[in-house]
Formats: sequence, C-alpha cells, structure tokens
Amino acid sequence: MNWGSWSNFIDMGGRGFYVWGSYLITLICIVLELGQLARHKRTLWQRLTQFMKLNKQG
Amino acid sequence: MLTTIIRRDLLLAYRRRSDVLTTLFFFVIVVSLFPLGVGPEMKTLRLIAPGVVWVAALLASMLSLNRLFAADYQDGTLEQMLLAPQPLALIVLGKIVAHWLVSGLPLALMAPVLGMQFDLPPAALGILFLALLLGTPILSLIGAIGAALTLGLRGGGVLLSLLVLPLYIPALIFGAGAVEAYSAGLSPEGHLSLLGALLILTGLAAPWVTAFALRIAME
Amino acid sequence: MSINWFKYASPATFYPLAGKLIPLFYALAAILTVVGLYISFFVAPTDATQGEAYRIIFIHVPAAWMSMFIYLLMAMWAGLGLVLNTRLSSIMAQALAPTGAMFTFVALITGAFWGKPTWGTWWEWDARMTSELILLFLYIGYMSLTAAIDDVRRADKAGAILALVGAVNVPIIYFSVKWWNTLHQGASVSLTRAPSMAKTMLLGMLIMALAAWMYSIAVALSRARLLMLEREKSTAWAQEVLEQKS
Repeated sequence: MNWGSWSNFIDMGGRGFYVWGSYLITLICIVLELGQLARHKRTLWQRLTQFMKLNKQG
Repeated sequence: MLTTIIRRDLLLAYRRRSDVLTTLFFFVIVVSLFPLGVGPEMKTLRLIAPGVVWVAALLASMLSLNRLFAADYQDGTLEQMLLAPQPLALIVLGKIVAHWLVSGLPLALMAPVLGMQFDLPPAALGILFLALLLGTPILSLIGAIGAALTLGLRGGGVLLSLLVLPLYIPALIFGAGAVEAYSAGLSPEGHLSLLGALLILTGLAAPWVTAFALRIAME
Repeated sequence: MSINWFKYASPATFYPLAGKLIPLFYALAAILTVVGLYISFFVAPTDATQGEAYRIIFIHVPAAWMSMFIYLLMAMWAGLGLVLNTRLSSIMAQALAPTGAMFTFVALITGAFWGKPTWGTWWEWDARMTSELILLFLYIGYMSLTAAIDDVRRADKAGAILALVGAVNVPIIYFSVKWWNTLHQGASVSLTRAPSMAKTMLLGMLIMALAAWMYSIAVALSRARLLMLEREKSTAWAQEVLEQKS
C-alpha cells in the first residue's frame, strides 16, 4: 500500500483529521498515564525516604 | 425473624414520616419538572413519559438508600445484628423489604397519577405501575449493596450513586421499555418477564452480597 | 518437587521480579506497536466501503478488547484477593483499574472519531459503544470506592465485591443495551467491522492488541510496585529497597 506522496499519507483519503485525531488522542492518553505513573513514583519516593529518615531518628 | 425486622423498620420509618414523604415529593417534583423543561406539547411528553418516570424513580429510591443502614450504624444496633444468631442475609432482606415498602411501593402507586400529566392512556399507566412494582424492589436490592459498601464513608451519598447507577441500567431499560413497547403496539410481556427475571436474580444474590459487604464494613 | 505456589505471592519476592520484568514488557510493547502501525498504514489495503477511515480500527478494537479484558482480569484478581486473602492480588486489581479506564476512554473517543466519517454522527447509541460507556462508569465507581476508603484492608475487600458484582453485570448490561438498541432503532447500522476482513487488516489489529496487552502489563506491574511500597513501607524489605535507592 504505497501512498505515492507524503501529502496523500497525511490527507488519508480526506479522512486525515479523524484518523490522525484518534491516533493523537490515544498517544496523549498513554503519555498522560505514563506521566501520572512517574509523578506518583517521584512523590512516593520523597515521602518514603523522609519516612525512613524519621524512623531512623525516632 | 423477617417480619420482626420489617415491622421494626416500618415502625422506625413511621416515626420519622418526614423522611418518607420527602422521597415521595422529590419523585413528584422531578417528574413534574420535565414538562416545564421539555414543553407542554403532549405528543413529545407521551413519548418521554416512561423514561422520565423511571429515571425519577431511580433517583428517588437512591436518595433514601443511605437511610437503610446509616441510622443503625450510628447507634450500634447494626453490630448487634451482625452478632445475632439468625443469618445476616435474612436480617438484611428484612431491612430491604422495609425500605422498599417505604420508598419503592409509594413510587409505584404514585406513578400512574403522575402518568396522567403526560397524557398516557390508562392501559399504559397500568403497565407503568406493573413495571415499577417489579422494578422498585430491584432498585432497593442493588442499592442495598451500594449502601453496605459505602457505609460510614465521607461523601457516601455521591459515591453511592456513582456505584449503583450503572448497575440500575438493565432495570431502567426493561422498565421503561415495557411501557414504550406497549405504546409502540408491541406486547410488553418480554420486558416485564425480563424485569421479573432481574428481580429474582437480585432477590437471591443481593441480600447475601450485602451481608458480606456489611461484615467487611463493620470489621 | 512441590511447587510453592505462593512464592511470588509475598510482596518481598514479587517486587524484584516485577522490577526485572517491567523493562521487558515496555520493550515488547514498543516493538509490537511499531510493527503494528507499519502494517496498519503501509500493508493493509484501502477498505472498499469506508476508504481510509477504517484505519482507526487498529487502535479502536484493541482498546475495546483491552478495556473488557482488563475489567475481567481486575475482577479475577479482586476475587482471588477476597478468597485467598493474599494482599498482592488486591494490589494487582487496583493497579489494573486506571489502565483499564484509560483504554475504555480511548475506545470511546476513537469510536466517536470513527463514527463521524462513517455514520456522520459523533455518538451513535450502538449497543457496543453504550456498554463501553457503562463500563467506564463501572471503572470510575471501582476507583472512587477504593480511593474513598482509608483502611486498606476494607478498601481491597469492598473494591473486590464491587468488581465482582460489576463483572456479573457486564453481560447483563450488554444484552439489555443490545435489545434496547434494536427496539428503538431497528437494525441500525451498527459498528460493523469491514465485512471482508483482509488478512493483513486482521493481522495489524491482532499485533496492536498484543502491543496494548504488553503495555498494560508493564504499567500495571509498575503501579503495583508503587502500591506495594506504599503499603509495606515499614517492613524490612521496603527499608532495604529505600536504602538502595537513596
């Protein structure tokens, strides 16, 4: 399935907006989820290392 | 045992009649709001009547759900019930039946009267009453599961509706569908029998699941 | 040689194992996605009836499959956690929920984006799309219930009950919505797949589904590790892990 030119590929038979729109949204959702996961990890680490320090002193 | 629980709960509800009436008035008000919103034109009203009445019944019965366990939870009688020798599911069933008698049945009785606002033919009103008679116990049963799960949680009311509304959808579809099928000339038997099937399924499963959820909540 | 089934049921042993597996699954997901996308755009032919719009199928169907599959997995883990009282199973159930909700949301959005060019409306009350929407409500209900309960043990068990009750209801909801749909609109054009599924189309879809599966495993495992650490922070193994890291 060759698209001939790059612009045909983008245009996607006139349906470019819908096809690329849905792929873009899926990408955004996945990136958001990974970001939320990383943020959750970072805040957890800070809290736990602090918890551990307090434990040691206590 | 069952009748004592039902009698006890009915007595409690009778003492606090205002709770019962507020649910009923909420139902009446919500149903009467729709013609004001949608417009007085009878043709559309007749079309949306079953759905409106059913959604209002859903919301009204859900409002009164936290009354099911909350009072007993606060003053500790719920713990006694957990310790009672009788099976907890039976006690829970008694409470659910009492809740239905107080909040579900009046809705079913009230619906035909409200149906007239929507110019529904008498036969359709009869089917609406029958569908609600079968449907409101389902709402109480499934609602009891949600009430037991969210017992004593902050923001329990909103959380309860979030948990329970998706589970009400089959009952809503078949309940409202029965009346719509009738007004579309089809026979409502299919919908009503499915509603009956749902009632049997929830009737058997819900008390046991609610009892299990109560044990977890009260640990 | 008796197999110790519960060897990896304790967070202490499961944590390092998951740590080793996660990069593997992320890598697999990436590779499969690249292959899948290549097939879906450069190998699969243009569809006879829908032209190019059908290419959305390569993420819509995998996302829909994953949303249903993850919910059943979640209910299974929750059930296991309830029956066997293994904390890790409930942790797995809660780790899966957000990913499942994300896939349901993606399935809904891509479904709408696909519906517009093919049916002309963003939202078609089609049986599958409607039950997908209700599935999203079930996910949100589960996540908000587990978040609302502070006591961890009760959150696990209450969430498990809701997940199981929800799982029992998924088929009931699907069929009631299907009958509801046919009563109202008759046999409306539902979200039918391209009638003659060319082999490459099917292959592209399967590979993308596999990629989505690898991705879910990786994300669920890493979220499970975080939940484990959070819950077991005062245990010896958690302290050890913290020391290594800081």
